[in-house]
Order: sequence, then structure tokens, then C-alpha cells
Amino acid sequence: MDLNTIWFVLVGILFIGYAVLDGFDLGVGVLHLFTKGEDRRRININAIGPVWDGNEVWLLTGGGALFAAFPIVYATVFSAFYLALMLLLFALILRAVSFEFRGKVESSTWRTACDWAFGIGSLLPAVLFGVALGNILRGIPIDKTGSFTGSFLGLLNPYSITVGVLTLVLFVMHGAVYMAMKTSGEQQRWILRWINPAWIAFVALYLFTTLATFFEAGFLFQGLLSNPLFWVLILLLFGSVLYVPVATKAEKYFKAFLASSIVIASIIGLVAVSLFPRFVPSRIDMAYSLTIHNSSSTPGTLGAMLIIALIGMPIVIGYTIFIYRVFRGSVVLSKESY
Amino acid sequence: MDPLILSRIQFAVTVGFHFLFPPITIGLAWLLVIVETLGWRRNDQTYVRIGKFFARILALTFAVGVATGIVMEFQFGTNWAEYSKFVGDIFGAPLAAEGVFAFFLESSFLGLYLFGRNRVSKAVHWFSALMVATGSTISAFWILVASSWMQTPAGFHIQGGRAELTNFWDAVFNPSTLPRFFHTIDAALIAGAFIMAGVSAALILKNKEVETAKRSMTLALVFGLIVSLMEVFPFGHIHGQQVARTQPEKFAAIQGLYTTQKGAPLVFFAYPTIPPPQLRAPIEIPGLLSWLAFGDVSAPITGINEFPPDQIPPLWPTFVSYHNMVLLGMYFIGVMLLGLIQLRRRKLWENRKLLTAFVWSMPLPLIACQLGWITTEVGRQPWIVYHMMKTSDAISKTVGAGEILFSLILFSAIYLMLGSLYIFLFLRETSHGPEPASRMSFSSEAKEVLS
Repeated sequence: MDLNTIWFVLVGILFIGYAVLDGFDLGVGVLHLFTKGEDRRRININAIGPVWDGNEVWLLTGGGALFAAFPIVYATVFSAFYLALMLLLFALILRAVSFEFRGKVESSTWRTACDWAFGIGSLLPAVLFGVALGNILRGIPIDKTGSFTGSFLGLLNPYSITVGVLTLVLFVMHGAVYMAMKTSGEQQRWILRWINPAWIAFVALYLFTTLATFFEAGFLFQGLLSNPLFWVLILLLFGSVLYVPVATKAEKYFKAFLASSIVIASIIGLVAVSLFPRFVPSRIDMAYSLTIHNSSSTPGTLGAMLIIALIGMPIVIGYTIFIYRVFRGSVVLSKESY
Repeated sequence: MDPLILSRIQFAVTVGFHFLFPPITIGLAWLLVIVETLGWRRNDQTYVRIGKFFARILALTFAVGVATGIVMEFQFGTNWAEYSKFVGDIFGAPLAAEGVFAFFLESSFLGLYLFGRNRVSKAVHWFSALMVATGSTISAFWILVASSWMQTPAGFHIQGGRAELTNFWDAVFNPSTLPRFFHTIDAALIAGAFIMAGVSAALILKNKEVETAKRSMTLALVFGLIVSLMEVFPFGHIHGQQVARTQPEKFAAIQGLYTTQKGAPLVFFAYPTIPPPQLRAPIEIPGLLSWLAFGDVSAPITGINEFPPDQIPPLWPTFVSYHNMVLLGMYFIGVMLLGLIQLRRRKLWENRKLLTAFVWSMPLPLIACQLGWITTEVGRQPWIVYHMMKTSDAISKTVGAGEILFSLILFSAIYLMLGSLYIFLFLRETSHGPEPASRMSFSSEAKEVLS
């Protein structure tokens, strides 16, 4: 495995970390739009209160790693998705401050406004990440100089929007499973009612999207069936998808959460396996695609970064697990809560 | 409209607004480490209450800092794609390192610090405060590595139309990294001290929790005087000397030295006019600039006249922002010293004028930070990477002016709203003061009984 491949995998792992961790708190944000009652809403916010910020760092680190390891991909894709990313940023800004601002003023109008900021600020990123992923999968118009030649409206194609909705229902399911761990009684019964519909919608949309991908981006399937990694990931995906409702029914919510995390991880894994060694396929000519070799940093930088990652990430994972353990179990509202 | 101008305005607006918050976070975080140490080791409930109170302000500030910080990392790619392609091999690494070594640390432990007081031991809780402060400081280090590399690039060569890394440590510790880091971190400590002093002064003036506020005020004054003095000497001095050596045209511009001179004067006040560039009504000490920069009163210093006109920074904003920053730095020393003298003479708590001055001084270190940032960034122009790449060559070619105008308007609107809400919530939060001692001691006694 060369350094470029290692970094392709590492960037993938950072995106998986982000999608698994921020995925549930984006999902909780979407469910928040439907949650009635001040106490229940506060439980939503406090369920993710101590951890959402750390979760969002996975996005920042993933973005930083992409910039460092594949600067051409970072520059091309970020400028190509300009308006979409600006919308994403506005959503994330509103969302980030909504937690902190909400509890500071005793006014129902104020709190409703913050609830909306939290909800919309979660829903929009969930969809936009999917739309961005859809566009990468079907390829974006990149000419032979490596410049993007498309438009914002071109990014809003039916295929990508379908992937956006798929991401949304996946995160809603993931968020609902997370909240099942964090709640009890009536609120837990309410949240459990979301899991099955979200699961069914996810399975249906996933099968539909796979079929659509066949027509929209058939090149992704070339050589895939003979790749053993593909079969491992498919088995992992199917197994974990089926296990989510089983574990939920058995009231083993932590196991259900792990399963739904594996669903997310294996989907991103499948995306990576089918793209590899491309990073961003070109719709104009496959030869213009950005690959892990023509868009990467030098081996010197990739090597230095690898050392940083190998020193830093085990420590990060260590204290992240520690902190999640400190806050495990149902949310109890106290004076220090949001 | 020109996409270049729009992108530059957008960058200035977004980074300028963001940079209001991290200095408060870093400064308050270190003050809270002191407070939590005193509260824990001396088992002093007053400090525990001070800690809880200022932690709420830290949380509020941190949230806005995080929210506006994400924008910065995305913007290199969205608005400055050509720059990102040119420097990606070097510039991305510090940003990624910032994520791995700093962002995870500060945000993970902030959650533990704010919400974990009753869930972990006192030692672990204290440790979480230390990690928040350490994380925010490491974060500043890595972002300043990136910023300093643009000022004094090192450890690379140009290959295939882009800058490629040749020596990681040379790039990280380029000539301006450490001077800039210490200067900036100390500025953040000053900002934290003035927030703590101002909030405490307001409480004393309003006669709320006075005994507690006096404790935090005293801490802020002692801490504030030390860091204000250090900002001028050694940190400001070293940073100035480094600029004189590494970026002579920037040095000449900020000092208002428009013609080369031996025994160059240090200008305290003047009004610069252009063209031709000259200083009106200067108050100056001859030879002092040469002495400060090179340790010799008669050392020659190169003036603006020796550089090609298309390679010098804008003269007016650099001179004015730099000199006002220095003026504020002198004020910080003066007012902190005055506060401490009054405290020693036991007159501070009755001196309502001075206490009021502390309340109104809260935003001044932030203004000084902004001025310093304008000095350094405008002083680098017309280059985005000093002597390597012009700012005008760095923007994204595929993003239209209309799109940038749209995002600029939206950012400005959101930031105006965020800024107003922050001030509103800051005042609201601080006006309550720390929670009264009686409730606190009751609840902690109750806990002891329960345990």
C-alpha cells in the first residue's frame, strides 16, 4: 500500500467518524423538529450537549486532512460546490449557537426560534452531505485542466437529491436509536416509534439508489464484483441493517446503535471501494478524473501527516471513549444542563 | 463587482469576526485553570463559584468561536482554490494537525468541564479545565504556523508550479512562527484578564456578590499587569525585530519610514498622507527605531522608497492600525498598574470611576487584536505568500462575483445577528453574577450527606 492509498483510507476513516458521530446528532436535530414539550426538547439537546462539539471536529479534521493530503480535490470540489457549502456553513453556524443560546433566556418565543435553528440547522446539513456525495458518485464536470465547468443548479440533479434524502433518513434512524439509549418512559416509547418507519424508508431508498447508480454511474461497478473487500462490506452492511430492528425490539439499544453505526461506516466503505483509485470522477471524460495520485500532496507531506495521525488519533479516540462513558445512560436534567 | 475584492472582503469579515472570540476563550481558559486550581487545592468555595460563573461565559464565547471557525477552514477551498492548490502540500498539514492535536482536545474536554462537574472526580474535572486551555493554545499555535508560513515561507521548494515541502520542521518553525505565537497568545491572555476584570468591576459597581467579585478582580489585575507588560517586552519587541529582519517593506510601512535613514526615529504619533507618502505632525524620538530594531542608534533602516511601488503594502492602514495597537498596549499597562496601586492603597473598591473604566475597557484588547491582525495581514500585501504568490492570483477561478456577493451578504447578516445576540447574552449572563454562596454550600453539604 503506498502513502496515497493509506491517506485515501485515512480520509475515509475521518469521514466515517464524522458521519457516525455527527450523524446521530444531526438526526436528533431533525427529530427535535417533531418533539413536543419543553422537557423533552431539553432532553434532546442535553443528550448531545456534552458531545456534539467534539463530533463536529471530525468534519474539521476530515476537511483539514483532505486539504493536506489531496489539496487538488479540496480546492476543486470546495470551489465547485460553493453555494452548497455556504448553505452548509450557515446551517452549521445556526445550529452550533442554538444549543448555547437556547437556555439563556426564559421566553418561549426565544426557545422556539432556537429549536427551529437547531432543527433546520441539522436537517439541511444531513441533506447537503448526501447531495454532495451523490454528485461525487455520478462525477462532476471537470475539464482537462482540472477545472469545474458545471453550475450550482447542475448539482441539484434528481440522483443527488435522492442520495440526499437517503442520508437524511439514515441519520434520522441513527439519531432515533441514539435517543433510545438516552431516554426512558414515555419519551423513549415516542422515539422508538420512529425507528421502524425510518428503517423501512432507508432500506427502500438504499435499494432504489443502488439501482439508480447502476444507470447513473455504471462505471462504479466495474470490477467491483471481483473485489473481496466489496463482498465483506456488503455482508457487513446487510448484517447490520437487519440487526438494527432486531436489537431495538430486544431493547438492546446500545447494540442497535453500534449496528446503525456499522451501517453508516460500511456504506461509506462501499463508496470508497467503488471510487478507488478515483477521488472525484469527471463526467466529461473519465481520464480527467481526480485520482489519489494526480491530486495528492508529495510523499514527504503524506509521510509527515501520517506520523501526526498515528500519534494524535489514538489519543483522541482514547479520551473520546472516556468522555462518552462519563456521560453514558439516560439524560437527567440538572442545574448545569442547557 | 470584482470577485477578488469580494473574496477579500468576505475573508476579512469572516476572519475578523471569528477572531473576536478565540482570544477571550484562550485568556479565560487559562484564568479558569488558576481559579480551578485554587478552588480545588485550597478547597475554597469562593473560587469554585467564580469558576462556575466564568465557565458559563467561556461556554458562550466558545460556541460562537466554533461556529464561526468552521467557515475559515472551508473558505481556503471555496474562495481561494488557486492558493489552496499552490500551497496545499504545506498549508493543509497545520490545519489537519490543529484538528488532531487541538480541536478534539478542547471541545471534548469542554463538554466534560461544563457538564461533568458532578460526574468525575475533582482532579479529573480540574484536568479537563487544563485540557481546554491547552487545547485552545495548541490550536492557536497550529493556525499561527499556517499564517506565519504565509509571511515568512520556509522549508519548501517550487516544483511543477506549486510549493512542495522539503523540511517539515523548517516550515513549522519558520522565522516568524514563535514571535507571532507568543505575541498573539499573550494578547489573548490580556483579553481574558480584561474580561474578568470588567465583569468583576461591573458586579462591584452594582453591589452584587461583591466579596466574590473582589477576589476575581484581584486575580485579573495581577494577571493582567504581568501579561500586559510581557506583551510589550519581550514579546512585542521580539516580534518587531523579526519583522524588521524578515519583511523590511512591511516594517517600513508600519513604522512610517518612507525614506531610508540612518538613526531612524521611532514615531509615536503622526498623520500619514499619500501621495507622496509623508507623515504630518510627527512626534518622534530620533534613533530609537534603529536601536530597537538592530540594537544600534545609527543603524540604517530601509525605507519604502527603495522597494518597487507595486510590491509595497498599503501605507495608511498599516501605519494607523499598528500605532493604535501600540497605544492600546500602553493603555493596558497603565490601567492595570493604576488598578493595582489603588488596590494596595485600599481605595479601588470605592473608586467608581476606575471601576467604570474597567467595565468599558473589556472590548479594547479585542480591538487591539483586530488592529494587530490588520497590521500583519495588510502589511503582507500585495502578496498572499510573501514574495511567492500574489493575492490576485490566488482566488477561485470557477466562482462568480454574484455567488460571492450572495455569501458575503448572508455572512454579514448572520454575523451581525450573532454579534448582537452574543453581547446581549454576555450582558445578561454576567449581570446575574455568580450564584449566591448560601445555595451553593447547602447543595454541597447535601451532597456530602448523601454520599
